[in-house]
Amino acid sequence: MARASKLSQTSTESMSGENAIANKEVEGLSQGQIVRRRFFRHRAAVISLITIFSIVILVFSALDFKLFGIWRIPGWWKWTTEELPELRVGDCPGGTVGCPTISLRPKFLGGAGIGLGTHPFGQDDIGRDFFALVMKGTQRSLSVMIVIGFLGGTLGTIVGSISGFYRGKIDAVLMRFVDFLITVPAVLIGSVIGYHYGNLGAIFLAFYLGLFAWTGLSRLVRGEFLTLREREFVDAARVAGASNRRIIFKHILPNAVGVIIVSVTLLLSGAILLETALSYLGFGVVPPDVSLGLLISQYQDSFTTRPWLFWYPGFFIITIALSINFIGDGLRDAFDPRQRRRITKKERQLSAIAKKSAQENE
Amino acid sequence: MFAFIMRRIGVLSVILMGSSFILYNLAAYSGDPLADLKQSTDPNRDFLMISLSRELQLDVPPPARYFLWFKGVLGVFVGNANFGMTREGATVTGDLAQAIPVTLRLVFAATILAIVLGIGIGIVTALRQYSRFDYSMTFVSFLMFSLPIFWVAVLLKQYLAIAFNNFLREPNVPPSGLITLALFSGIFWASVIGGTRRVFWRSFVAATVIAGSIIALMDALNWFLQPGLGPIVVFALSVGVAYGITQLSVGVTNKAALRSSLSISGATLAMYYPANWVFDNYPGPLGLLLLFVVMAGFGVVVALSFSKIDRGPIIRTALLTSFLSTLLLIVDKFMQTWKPYMETDAINYRPVPTIGQRNDLLNSKDFWISNLDLITHLFLPTVALTLISFAGYIRYSRGTLLEVLNQDYIRTARAKGLNERTVIMRHAFRNTLIPLTTIMVVDFAGVIGGALITERVFGWSGMGTLFYRGLLSFDLNLLMGVFFVTATLSVLANLVADLLYSALDPRIRVGSGS
Repeated sequence: MARASKLSQTSTESMSGENAIANKEVEGLSQGQIVRRRFFRHRAAVISLITIFSIVILVFSALDFKLFGIWRIPGWWKWTTEELPELRVGDCPGGTVGCPTISLRPKFLGGAGIGLGTHPFGQDDIGRDFFALVMKGTQRSLSVMIVIGFLGGTLGTIVGSISGFYRGKIDAVLMRFVDFLITVPAVLIGSVIGYHYGNLGAIFLAFYLGLFAWTGLSRLVRGEFLTLREREFVDAARVAGASNRRIIFKHILPNAVGVIIVSVTLLLSGAILLETALSYLGFGVVPPDVSLGLLISQYQDSFTTRPWLFWYPGFFIITIALSINFIGDGLRDAFDPRQRRRITKKERQLSAIAKKSAQENE
Repeated sequence: MFAFIMRRIGVLSVILMGSSFILYNLAAYSGDPLADLKQSTDPNRDFLMISLSRELQLDVPPPARYFLWFKGVLGVFVGNANFGMTREGATVTGDLAQAIPVTLRLVFAATILAIVLGIGIGIVTALRQYSRFDYSMTFVSFLMFSLPIFWVAVLLKQYLAIAFNNFLREPNVPPSGLITLALFSGIFWASVIGGTRRVFWRSFVAATVIAGSIIALMDALNWFLQPGLGPIVVFALSVGVAYGITQLSVGVTNKAALRSSLSISGATLAMYYPANWVFDNYPGPLGLLLLFVVMAGFGVVVALSFSKIDRGPIIRTALLTSFLSTLLLIVDKFMQTWKPYMETDAINYRPVPTIGQRNDLLNSKDFWISNLDLITHLFLPTVALTLISFAGYIRYSRGTLLEVLNQDYIRTARAKGLNERTVIMRHAFRNTLIPLTTIMVVDFAGVIGGALITERVFGWSGMGTLFYRGLLSFDLNLLMGVFFVTATLSVLANLVADLLYSALDPRIRVGSGS
């Protein structure tokens, strides 16, 4: 009994101490500054952010890229996905052909030195450069992801905020419509869409998938609006004569932005997995176009003989999805005001010293 | 309550009708079921086209044809459902009746495993918040989130199934493998147990030594070729289960609970030979059920005779212990079947299959062998599905438990002087289960809908494969049959989740607001 009460006492004390430390840090900062600070303290999220940026730059600069279908930005990589260079035969382990030439072991450790070589990721059956194929596939998967995320995020926010703000009949109609769409599992509706419209191009497919991807987000935003619209600051704005539009955009939406951003990141990582899964099933991006899921499904049988055809596309899918999930986690921590971060021992000691010296001064 | 359920069912059927209408037209307008016939050079293709259009009523425009289809579906209520015919001339209902049990079998074990493992690990990570274990489990769960199942499946086939089969050809654990496994188990258990540095190292050494010696013993006894537990090990494990369950539920200080659990372990030992006799002479689900009932009945009687006050929790403990002990007996029987199973010609010492739902060559009448075959075929898909879906449970149960531990009633419970086990298991864990239950139900329906990919990868022919077939051959009735089953399941799951929520959480009352 005594032990337990003592425990709880110390925990309350340390808790208030931690609160004090945490509060001290955010004194005089704007909401945006606090969020930014908290986010940059999340090490995994920052590493993931850097990873995503480098992948995007690598992927979109490697091959020729058409901006809005007009400007052609030349890529730095020597091969394209259409070229058919000669298959490398002979110097591969186990008598295989077209093995990767990338080497990460420097010369003084007995390797071939750090370098890309002619075909860093190897070549496929007919000799196409696999690095170019993976770059093209990642381009496709990333653009599909961004389109789905953008469309789903916008639609979800709009529908959710309208039905949460106006409530009543509008809310009932919109939410029943959401119920309609939510009954269909994502993979099933994606397959129907992908199978019938996949040949129209990856962006078109993404557009269609985006039209169905917003339902979960809209429910969350609606819930957030339902609670926020009862708060005092909304009453104050209304008394001051603000219009509905102004209240939605200037008062409620900025307060709901944390929920929206976090669930959009989750939507993004779900979108890249959905696209690759559909392409794997043959219902997504179709040949001659390239996508990461398509690459895996084309070469999964050669896993035992030429594993690189399987590893590299998978590596890119996982890295992208993992980074986005970590960024989402970092954002959630940053936006959540209840989140208490771990107070290190050193900080606790410093605050104790400061407290002591303050008492002594008194 | 009744009025609320009826109203919800009414709304849900309208929703189902609406969404099936949308999907029906989406699928009907997107392709022509006669396309392949139009291109064929078959001399009687005109006849085929006419007969197929008559059969599938293609002359009716899709929006109207939907209502013809829906009329057949409504037959569910008079016990005469008609989902139409497939292109091959079979009834969709017949195809579905074959496919649904397969899909359920595929996802059932994986869902249970994912829930148990996920909640267990999630709770430990929450209790050891910000520890190394917490961080590594967070990383693992994010990694699992990001894995595409078709990619994992290829890896599992190569590194789990084929490698394990090769290992069985000459089942000797190399010393490096033994040390790795032992060290891994040491690190895992030490970080789960936690505590001061001294406790950490002590539990690390203990877990390493125990795991290493178990593996070495299994290796020495050639256990991988002829596994089995035997009465002594079954009894020892059962005693372990009895202690563990009692400690988690009411604490080992509760003598009545401990005594009743331990007598169930004794009963398990006594039942070992009789149970095996039943297994051999009366194989089949009935014998198993009987065994469960007998053990449960014994558990209740023992618990009642040992306890005087506070009987409910003690009976629950006894029931749980008897269930797990009976499970041990059955697992032991399956292990004994392992050797005859491997010796059959169809298996020939390569027991872990990479594809398919059963071995058609096996052709064994033996209850145990054919069921063991089903289990080995379930192995890879279950591992893949569990890996992917338990990450969600880890994150969710961790978050919920942390939230609950910050509540005032936890502080009150601690202030009352309750011990840590009671605070965690009774006050915190039970409240964590409320939101988790609703997630589980909805998730189960979602997994069934998402089984399409898993079935394709592992070559199972369940509902996903039906859907795939329907999509490829523009078989609208087949497509809608699968869709209707999954959509109904997900709608019902949502209803059940709502009802469970109100049953578990007294603060929420359904149907009161309106």
